[in-house]
Amino acid sequence: MSSSELQNLYQQVILDYSKNPYGVGLLGRAAGQSHQLNPTCGDEITLEVHLSGEGADRVVERIRWEGHGCAISQASASLLTELAEGLTVEDLRTRIDAFRTAMQSRGKIAPDEELLGDAVALGGVSRYVARVKCAMLGWVAAEHALVEAETR
Amino acid sequence: MTGTSETTHAPTAAEINLWREDFPLLATEVNGHPLAYLDSGATSQKPRTVLDAERHYYENLNAAVHRGAHTLAAEATVLFEDARATVADFVGAEEDELVWTSNATEALNLVAYAFSNASAGRGGAAAERFRLGAGDEIVVTEMEHHANLIPWQELAFRTGATLRYIPVGDDGALRMEAADEVITPRTRLLAFTHVSNVLGLINPVEELVARARAVGAFVVLDACQSVPHLPVDLKALDVDFAAFSGHKMLGPTGIGALYGRGELLAAMPPFLTGGSMITTVTMEAAEYLPPPQRFEAGTQKVSQAIALAAAVEYLKGIGMDRIAAHEDELGARLLAGLAEIPGVTVLGGSAPGPRVGAASFDLAGVHAHDVGQFLDDQGIAIRVGHHCAQPLHRRLGITASTRASTYLYNTTEEVDRFLEGVAATANFFGVKA
Ligand SMILES: Cc1ncc(COP(=O)(O)O)c(C=O)c1O
Repeated sequence: MSSSELQNLYQQVILDYSKNPYGVGLLGRAAGQSHQLNPTCGDEITLEVHLSGEGADRVVERIRWEGHGCAISQASASLLTELAEGLTVEDLRTRIDAFRTAMQSRGKIAPDEELLGDAVALGGVSRYVARVKCAMLGWVAAEHALVEAETR
Repeated sequence: MTGTSETTHAPTAAEINLWREDFPLLATEVNGHPLAYLDSGATSQKPRTVLDAERHYYENLNAAVHRGAHTLAAEATVLFEDARATVADFVGAEEDELVWTSNATEALNLVAYAFSNASAGRGGAAAERFRLGAGDEIVVTEMEHHANLIPWQELAFRTGATLRYIPVGDDGALRMEAADEVITPRTRLLAFTHVSNVLGLINPVEELVARARAVGAFVVLDACQSVPHLPVDLKALDVDFAAFSGHKMLGPTGIGALYGRGELLAAMPPFLTGGSMITTVTMEAAEYLPPPQRFEAGTQKVSQAIALAAAVEYLKGIGMDRIAAHEDELGARLLAGLAEIPGVTVLGGSAPGPRVGAASFDLAGVHAHDVGQFLDDQGIAIRVGHHCAQPLHRRLGITASTRASTYLYNTTEEVDRFLEGVAATANFFGVKA
């Protein structure tokens, strides 16, 4: 029934994470927090970054989030949360940039597995321009939360 | 259900296929499937006569209307004004009661800003009846498109008036019993939609107009989803103002209309100002033309107006009663089919009719975006999201829904393909009843 492109978009990992999202539930007192909204569909996310350490050694202890949205956005926020744990702030930034580059490539750049781990399952999204925002929602929130953590 | 007479015969499948041939875009393939276009509630496809009218104008008559003294300008002006007469007649209005706007959104803003300008003292004594201030109330409904909500919110902020609304019930229908509490002698203006763009429900215009009249309030009708699909006579409906968009009724984008009762337009101060709407201008002030020109500042949407008139001729050629009868059948098929799919809840599905051929639904546990992606994969074009009606979605406890909306060119096969697509999507995501 559905095309192979569609199967590629909705890989099993994505379906699993969208049903059992990872890292859901805000803890409060985070180093940084961000709320992001996709005004075309009303999807939203609130995301916290919890950090430890100082300066260049600052490490992401955990990400926590709450929100609602499509399977892609829920799975993407889950995969980000899993990826981020234990990374330095700089390292997480690099990976967010790598993810964005792949997402905005219109299918031309495959996500780098070494940098993005299981999140490469989202690679198929980049061919669907209308869905890139869904996949980026959590990652943009993390980026903003890191900025907030730094300026506080 | 649409109130069409029993003698109206819905078109046969063969007739519909003939009409389809008038619409070039309907022959498109999308993702390897024939396009099933079920998004006419957002914007309709255009028949060749409309495309030709616009092209013919630019190839033969293009000139500035109401401005030049040369032959072309005069001919263009005649066509432009003929188009106005055609569209006005189509909705039961007089020629000078129909103002061209870019779309329905601009038409609604025109009314709101004219009231606002009157409230600031513009328009003199004649416009006093439009003045709003503290203690006055504007009433809308909870099912409005943002285009018929935000202009009134802003008008209330600017004038100090209070915005109130008629709530919808759990079934999505207006709670008419609550309308009596909301519409009071303080109500100065009642704005509501004829047909909900989300629910497809046709609101009880007569009853609402009667209540507004009883308290002396102006009535603004959002006719965006009714004029394209039903026979509409604005005079018979007895509303004061009405707005609709050309692109939803086979016409081009960039053109819409405001209907205003003649004596009201004559007393109303303008919204947009500038060229083409004045009589005398000095460095200090200006005097304005009578309506409709008073409300048509700047170079006009000539090719679009002419093409919209061609769209109206096309609709009249088929007959609005037959279009309504056809969409009534498609709508009933949509509703009945959706009701059988596990996990589907149709918004407003349990409300008693009447309705047009549109249905929005929630599929348990599956986001509308994902539903839309699956249908698009099969060449089925529908709309997902809040359909510019966030408060209604919030009231019904969801943030987004999936909407299928029909028009004269849709077939029962297309509705069935859509229903199969939704069932397959439910199956893929493991939706349980
Ligand atoms: C009920 C209703 N009102 C207003 C509008 C606004 O129309 P437009 O965007 O053409 O101005 C729409 C269309 O989206 C609508 O469905």
